[in-house]
Amino acid sequence: MTQQFYVSPEQLMKDRADFARKGIARGRSVVVISCADGIALVAENPSPSLHKIGEIYDKIAFAAVGKYNEFESLRQAGVRYADVRGYSYDREDVTARGLASVYAQSLGAVFTAEQKPFEVELAVAEVGPSQAEDHLYRLTFDGSIADEHSFVVMGGQAEKVSSAIGAGWEATLGFADAVRLALKGLTPAQEGDQPVAPLPPSALEVAMLDRLSESARGTRRAFRRLNDADISALLA
Amino acid sequence: MQESTANQVAANATSSFTEHLLRDRPELLPFNRSLQGGASAAAPVQVPHATTIVAMSYGGGVLMAGDRRATMGNVIASRHIEKVFPADHFSVLGIAGTAGIAIDLTRLFQVELEHYEKIEGTQLSLEGKANRLGAMIRGNLPLALQGLAVVPLFAGFDTTAGVGRLFSYDVTGGRYEEHEHHTVGSGSVFARGALKKLWRPNLTAAEALSVAVESLYDAADDDSATGGPDTVRQLWPVVYTVDRTGARRVPEPELAAASRSVIEARTIAGREA
Repeated sequence: MTQQFYVSPEQLMKDRADFARKGIARGRSVVVISCADGIALVAENPSPSLHKIGEIYDKIAFAAVGKYNEFESLRQAGVRYADVRGYSYDREDVTARGLASVYAQSLGAVFTAEQKPFEVELAVAEVGPSQAEDHLYRLTFDGSIADEHSFVVMGGQAEKVSSAIGAGWEATLGFADAVRLALKGLTPAQEGDQPVAPLPPSALEVAMLDRLSESARGTRRAFRRLNDADISALLA
Repeated sequence: MQESTANQVAANATSSFTEHLLRDRPELLPFNRSLQGGASAAAPVQVPHATTIVAMSYGGGVLMAGDRRATMGNVIASRHIEKVFPADHFSVLGIAGTAGIAIDLTRLFQVELEHYEKIEGTQLSLEGKANRLGAMIRGNLPLALQGLAVVPLFAGFDTTAGVGRLFSYDVTGGRYEEHEHHTVGSGSVFARGALKKLWRPNLTAAEALSVAVESLYDAADDDSATGGPDTVRQLWPVVYTVDRTGARRVPEPELAAASRSVIEARTIAGREA
């Protein structure tokens, strides 16, 4: 019989975390920005149908980076959680805080108990009646959860993108400005003298949580996905 | 045959909210609650009933209207009840029958459609929605046999065909596409007579509204379980139209005007029957 090698818990967790981090760092970035008109979610994503950003509930959206099958299963679980809760209690009892803590628990359980941790990073965003009531939660592969204000950046070049957006962020930004700022952060840095072309709409996935969806569009559902034409019109 | 992981995953992947509830939280389904020691067919329980719904097609869409009365035996249980609901952006649902179960079924149906849309990232086809509703009504069959039946009417805009369509159901979940117009509930026989005389192809939305109000008025005239327009409490029927731009609730002032003109015309005519 082969003897099992002893691996200290510290080493085990460190290895798992390194493994997950490596997986996430390969992906492209996603930016979630809270602004005056609501919350803008912008991702670099050339696929028109495999989404990194999704609707969870009336005021709640989801954004993720990492392995598609893993975050897609988390997104679907989130939609089920929210719909069951809203159906059995009331629509207003579905909150980003509740959803984020469910995600934190499942990510934490997978990180410690399963063969392999999830190689994902998630953001859960809830738009409020005023900007002070917006909620942005950022969840990492090990189940740790952070409550952010203003914006969240996840994925490969997170630090670079984050510093670019941090420099330009203001509470008074409108949707168009917020998306422009996100684009500025996501566009790869200039190398030498060659100016870098900004990302075309077809390489972007943009969605927004409208703060005034009830009065402006007559619907509780604040989530709106923008197609290429909408993106071009917004940035024009 | 060996059950592979892929098979299991595929079997568990559902876009249906009802199937999810059936698997994980069956007690939340409106038709899964046991009514022990309760109803028998001989002595049905006394619960509020919703009555007349009318629906018709017009040039460019469909319209659905319901009166505001719920009855419990010979007592008026509510004067404010709403029996027509938006199901999603392109469809509406009207309910007649046992009010409590019907309202729960409506809520379930609304979540079902929204759930599918969120999971799949696309809307269900109108036929798909109509079939889902049929399955839910069939699920309610055991309760219907105890006297707690729900009979819906479903209308929506078929975005692929570009037309408004109308579906009726029986208690077994049987689904029937209706052309022109249809009506359900205890006042439906009277409303149907009115619709047969007043409806014609290619009505405008405004004409369809007055036809709907008039046929509901006729139903209320002869059926005690259907409420007419209430000028004292300013209560008018609930009316939705669905066309290319989506479902729209007809606002109160338009309904008040349509109801008043029907009342006025009948006052002038002053006929007995």
